[in-house]
Amino acid sequence: MGTADVEAVWRIESARIVAALTRFTGDFGLAEDAAQEAVAEALVSWPLASPANPAGWLMATARRRAIDAIRRRAALQDRYALLAADPAVDEEIDPDKIDDDVLALMFVSCHPVLSPETRVALTLRVVGGLSSKEIARAFLVPVPTVQARITRGKKTIAAAGVPFELPAAGERRERLGGVLSVIYVIFTEGSTATSGDRLLRPDVAYEGIRLARTLAALQPDEPEVHGLLALCELTAARFPARTGPDGSPILLEDQDRRLWDFSAIRRGLAELAKASTRGLGPYGLQAAIAAAHASAPSVEATDWDRIVVLYEALGRVAPSPVVELNRAVAVAMASGPAQALAMVDELIALDRLPGSHLVPTVRGELLARLGRRPEARAELELAARLCANQRERSVLLRKAAALG
Amino acid sequence: MPKYLLIMRGTDESNAALMANIDEMMATTRQFIEEMVKAGVLLAAEGLDDPGQGVVVDFSGEAPVVTDGPYGETKELFGGFFLLDVASKQEAVEWAKRVPAAPGSKIEVRRVPGDDEMPQVDE
Repeated sequence: MGTADVEAVWRIESARIVAALTRFTGDFGLAEDAAQEAVAEALVSWPLASPANPAGWLMATARRRAIDAIRRRAALQDRYALLAADPAVDEEIDPDKIDDDVLALMFVSCHPVLSPETRVALTLRVVGGLSSKEIARAFLVPVPTVQARITRGKKTIAAAGVPFELPAAGERRERLGGVLSVIYVIFTEGSTATSGDRLLRPDVAYEGIRLARTLAALQPDEPEVHGLLALCELTAARFPARTGPDGSPILLEDQDRRLWDFSAIRRGLAELAKASTRGLGPYGLQAAIAAAHASAPSVEATDWDRIVVLYEALGRVAPSPVVELNRAVAVAMASGPAQALAMVDELIALDRLPGSHLVPTVRGELLARLGRRPEARAELELAARLCANQRERSVLLRKAAALG
Repeated sequence: MPKYLLIMRGTDESNAALMANIDEMMATTRQFIEEMVKAGVLLAAEGLDDPGQGVVVDFSGEAPVVTDGPYGETKELFGGFFLLDVASKQEAVEWAKRVPAAPGSKIEVRRVPGDDEMPQVDE
């Protein structure tokens, strides 16, 4: 077995092992350390001799390392540990408990005491089974930064005394929202890279989809979980058409819709149906907007009136200037650019999106459609200066230049 | 992202072994499927009926010829599949190793290229 094989087993087993060990020791940080030690040992010993049952090997080794750590700690503190005697705990994972434990692990990794960056790093590491190196590559940060976030995260969880359990009924919905937003951040980093020279990073988006699928399987009665998964599937369905062979972005109106992934669209629509049982939440509404695009044969044949209504609803349940801006774009498609331009100018007057390249991008497009070319050009050039993604920037400059 | 198809190939002997323990096999398979769903990797799974009940449509001649019965003379018959969305080929293989398959059967692991990898026709 090589490194890639060990990593493959770890991806499958990580969440269950860390969850079971945290339940077993009551200490998330210790469990994570012990699990990492087991992987490190596997990387050394499996290439020489593959175990018959790799999953069982990892679990047993991680458990032994956890017990060693508890003993060391007990010796240091000069008091008897609970687990000082050889524990007669069976090596098998209890299938009835493990789902709740994996879910509890997601809630701990996404706990509000942690910084947003740490939530992302911990979730990818313990639930997703990614290495620090893989997380660093996904978020374009140095490996030591990721390692520091994980170490700090574990300390914070210990210091804050975060219990390893499912949140109480009263705060369950809010905490679930926290988990959803971490998954959304991971997916979005892949679907619209905030920096760097690539617009899409499907491998990063994939991690978000995979986590959303896991959460949907563990929390099937929560509509917003299905809403988020629907949004991810429907957005990812358009990936194959969103960039040209050279990696440059292709706008929705120019995309070859035959390249869309119709299996992903079907999965997304099925999830959207599950999200719709009690009225759509913010993720469900965004998914419904994505579904309106995914079901349309062309930009012209898109149901823009429906999209305007969905953005209005989204603006009420999750008010944000970005939603307002998107609503303006939809209004421009449904009723023409003049009305939309008034909406954008209102956003600017209220200084709702300072420094964002999106406002001048949209304003430039609207002015161009109104035939106000010099103003349009100035707006698009401003947008290019504010844009951090190189691929998007070159498209903006090309458009500005085309306006003469 | 590439996907992987796990193709189950059984022999008469492995199919007989499977049918002898069908209830147990179904329960284990259901559990295995649930495990893959919770890991976020399963896109589709189907099992096929007895190959003897199948029909073959043969395009060797000018018009398609339809014959009853199993496909060709092969010893190993396609019995079902799992379609997985996994991070790597190694992970697909690791899942394949966990399939509760009857002794004597085999699983072929094949990559499904992403839509963006398909050859494109110039127009």
